[in-house]
Amino acid sequence: MCGIAGLIYRDGARNIGAEMTAMLQALKHRGPDSTGFAMYGAPGPNEYILRFKVAEKEDLGGGGTKIHRAIAERKAAVDAVLEELGVDVLELDEPTEYSLRCRISYDGGLKALADRIEEVEGAEILSIGNALELVKDLGDAADVSGAYSLGGFTGTHGIGHTRMATESDVDIRSAHPYWAYPYNDIAVVHNGQITNYWLMRRQLEREGQRFVSDCDSELLAVYTAVNLEKGVTLEESLRRSIDEIDGVFTYLLATGNELGMAKDTMAAKPMVLYEADDLVALASEEVAIRAIVPHEIDTTDPYDEEVRVWQA
Amino acid sequence: MAGVGESVSTQMGMHTEPLTGRDIKTKFTLENEGGFGYHFARDVDFNRRAEIDCADLSPTEINDKIRDLMDSGHGSIVIRNPGARHSLVVGILNRMNIIVDGSLGYFGCGLLDGPTVRISGRVGWSFGENMMAGVCVVEKNAGSTFGAALRGGDLVCKGSVGSRTGIDQKGGTIIVGGDTGAFSGFMMQRGRMVVCGNAGKNLGDSMYDGTIYIGGKIQDLGVDAVPADLTDLDRAWLTRKLGMYELLPEQGVDRFTKIVAGKQLWSYDNLEPTEKKLVL
Repeated sequence: MCGIAGLIYRDGARNIGAEMTAMLQALKHRGPDSTGFAMYGAPGPNEYILRFKVAEKEDLGGGGTKIHRAIAERKAAVDAVLEELGVDVLELDEPTEYSLRCRISYDGGLKALADRIEEVEGAEILSIGNALELVKDLGDAADVSGAYSLGGFTGTHGIGHTRMATESDVDIRSAHPYWAYPYNDIAVVHNGQITNYWLMRRQLEREGQRFVSDCDSELLAVYTAVNLEKGVTLEESLRRSIDEIDGVFTYLLATGNELGMAKDTMAAKPMVLYEADDLVALASEEVAIRAIVPHEIDTTDPYDEEVRVWQA
Repeated sequence: MAGVGESVSTQMGMHTEPLTGRDIKTKFTLENEGGFGYHFARDVDFNRRAEIDCADLSPTEINDKIRDLMDSGHGSIVIRNPGARHSLVVGILNRMNIIVDGSLGYFGCGLLDGPTVRISGRVGWSFGENMMAGVCVVEKNAGSTFGAALRGGDLVCKGSVGSRTGIDQKGGTIIVGGDTGAFSGFMMQRGRMVVCGNAGKNLGDSMYDGTIYIGGKIQDLGVDAVPADLTDLDRAWLTRKLGMYELLPEQGVDRFTKIVAGKQLWSYDNLEPTEKKLVL
């Protein structure tokens, strides 16, 4: 089933960490297996936030010291890669033993950086972006937000996902949101099923794109990133996706300064939209929007093939 | 005037096949008033009013409280702070008044038979699903599958509704003040749907029977849904029904388009008896 939610402030940054946590916690019943956040903070000049993991949460469950040694070795290997590429690490946080957040200064290509880190055994990048910070882990929104200290995150917009695992494992790799590897600041959350996933994926792979999971949602992120790189606007890309991508889907896509929504031709997956002067909030259920706007509000259901884009 | 042997509803195009032997509705006389309700229905007093504050209650607790109040004879209940919770005001088989001061989430007012419900906010997906009788009026918008499998009563949304409105409708009346989305009236079997605004694509797709009235534009019709002439009886009924809910357009009802089933698809009544056996 899965639940998706997103919000964007049109008049400056707010504490969206607490608000996204509240929205996703209200959607816990739609997917209790994992929760993910893609939130957009204040971008710094020539700075990126790099978030990656070097193990799965369940890897630590078996006991013993072997995995702890492996984690330490993988972290050291990533450090070596960063040093070799001339990446200046300005800040380093380790929210969990297996997950890291680095604020880096880097003027090279993101693909080279991402590919080299991914070469380290066990290392998987969650996101690289000027403004984007992508966090996902097992558990509900309160668990993940607490473990990664997201409650005080300040930013302009964000998207999130609560996952009910249906076609892939309960692990961080299969959790949403998905970053569009290796494109700056592009992330997606999706509720639905894409039926021409492999056809579209092979086409993109032939064009040189890389996929880090077998989840159909990742396709939407890479597909959009490729379109944006070709100069297509986000709105046009969302519109094209309704014609070119088969299946039932409602998805939210965020870039450094935009939040977009697209609903498939069957309108089979829910979305409730609230638009105010300063805030736009969307979620699979109104109860999530009520978690941050507790008073009576006017909401609408976007129709089939509807596409919307908002700027921060 | 209906012709000899032809009911008013048949003349209006609500159903064209003979109903003999297919109508399971029991006919009651005024002397048999008790037969209109369930034997387990509560004897409530409409003048006894109570309120439920839902702020800290779960949907199950709220529905239990409604039943407790019905048990104690309350015939008018006000639901405060519903907070768009799911599955509220469901399974009520009593005549009574319920006022929801706020919005409901998914599956609100499902499986009703008898109550009159007024909602000041909006409602989520599958509102009024399988309602047998009663009246529900929503003041704002509604989500998709509004009135799915409706069997009787009036289900009214004064705003716009989502997609697949009245899917599998088996009776009753759905009235929408605004627009409706794609696949509205999908596999409709009986009853009437009135949309004062526009309708999305595939309107009335694969409908078996029933009547749809659209006041605005129709994006396109579904398979086997065909336009029909708006009769004087249609106009009179639309005027009366929309007037009841303060949704009658200033310019009247002449602009409404009537859609019925073409009966070329799944209507077994078009088949010879031997063919029916093959199909069934």
